[in-house]
Amino acid sequence: MTDDRSNETRQPPVWNSGLILAILAAVCTALVAITQRNTAPRIAANEQAYLEQSLQPVLAGLTYDGKLSESTLTIPMPHELPGNEDVTVYRVFAANEPVAALFVVTARDGFSGPIKLLIGIAANGSITGVRVLEHRETPGLGDLIEAGKSDWVQQFARTSINFPKQDQWAIKRDGGVFDQLTGASITPRSVIKAIKETLLYFAANSEQVFAVVDVEGPGPEA
Amino acid sequence: MNEAMTLTGRLKSAIWIDNPGLVQLLGLCPLLAVTTTFVNGLGLGIATLAVLTLSNLLVSATRRWIRDEIRIPMYVLIIASLVTCIELVFQAYFPSLGRSLGIFIPLIVTNCAIVARAEVFASRNSVVASLADGLAMGAGFALLLCALGAFRELIGRGSILARLDMLFGGDSSPGLLLFDGGFLLAILPPGAFISLGLFVAGKNALDRRRSRAGKANSPRRFD
Repeated sequence: MTDDRSNETRQPPVWNSGLILAILAAVCTALVAITQRNTAPRIAANEQAYLEQSLQPVLAGLTYDGKLSESTLTIPMPHELPGNEDVTVYRVFAANEPVAALFVVTARDGFSGPIKLLIGIAANGSITGVRVLEHRETPGLGDLIEAGKSDWVQQFARTSINFPKQDQWAIKRDGGVFDQLTGASITPRSVIKAIKETLLYFAANSEQVFAVVDVEGPGPEA
Repeated sequence: MNEAMTLTGRLKSAIWIDNPGLVQLLGLCPLLAVTTTFVNGLGLGIATLAVLTLSNLLVSATRRWIRDEIRIPMYVLIIASLVTCIELVFQAYFPSLGRSLGIFIPLIVTNCAIVARAEVFASRNSVVASLADGLAMGAGFALLLCALGAFRELIGRGSILARLDMLFGGDSSPGLLLFDGGFLLAILPPGAFISLGLFVAGKNALDRRRSRAGKANSPRRFD
């Protein structure tokens, strides 16, 4: 093995090492900064496209104006929505008329941890679609709430808070109208409860949800 | 591992005799975690290859200023900056693959195969030799990632080359589906260890057979 690192005869001063490190740090920082500058627009466009793409399933082919992420609303705690964190709402408009609101809420009483849901509600109060964004339910049982694994979650499309009646927002075993999942009842109960709570919130607050406020501004919570 | 080694010799060494993953067992964390499909393996392989080559290049180019007492912080600075750049490039040009590889792109920083090449080779050899070493070692690591990914994908999902679109664009492609279902264990974490174990065992068996055949053919002993 060749070794061409020269052997110093005298010990170099400590600040020499410090200087070398500082110069290298500056060069490396510049490298990262240049890369960041050149990729930032593409990355932003990709994130935008990804968001639009992931919201599509609950839009049910609605036509809308503009970019969904530009009409985002954050509803801060406390609120009557499911979950105990701030809720993001993507508001969908066409010709300045509200079309739908897409809620990202968290069902906190899943079988193994929180279940993150994307719930689309049309301006008239009927559901345009529901998708599970994140969960840790049991593979093969509770995870059938995923749209890719079974069509269980499809049954909520076109339902609303009065269709079925409020006391029938439950799985069939509990006297409701919704299909259960074999071997898992805690998971569907928690999802249905979260959807119902979101519908109730929307029914009570739809005007505030669609009121035009700054993206950065406070939510409509009174 | 010397300056005069040819590129083919270097490649042979990196891919078979001294493969960073298969023989040196370096960088196992990403190796085992990511290789659930071929395209994941290929993606991380390319990213690691790029980081390894560029880090070898930079370390070798700056080796005159590297002092023993600060060499590790220097390597860390160089490798961390390169990984950050590669991560940004993935987010910009291969967003779905970047999401699929997730945390394992930033974790290339911790791949000890890279700092090992910086310490053992690039800090002591010329820029050209270091570049060749980086390419060869990166290729060895990437090939193992691809092979492991293809193997686990085939056993675990029954498919070949699924989702190549994540790397090369175009429509979402399911790949070639050979059978349905598959043996789920292969794509779970234990399957990663079992598969790598099979690979190492297979390599050792091949080496032994070859050395036995070599002895049988030639009357002279080489050892």
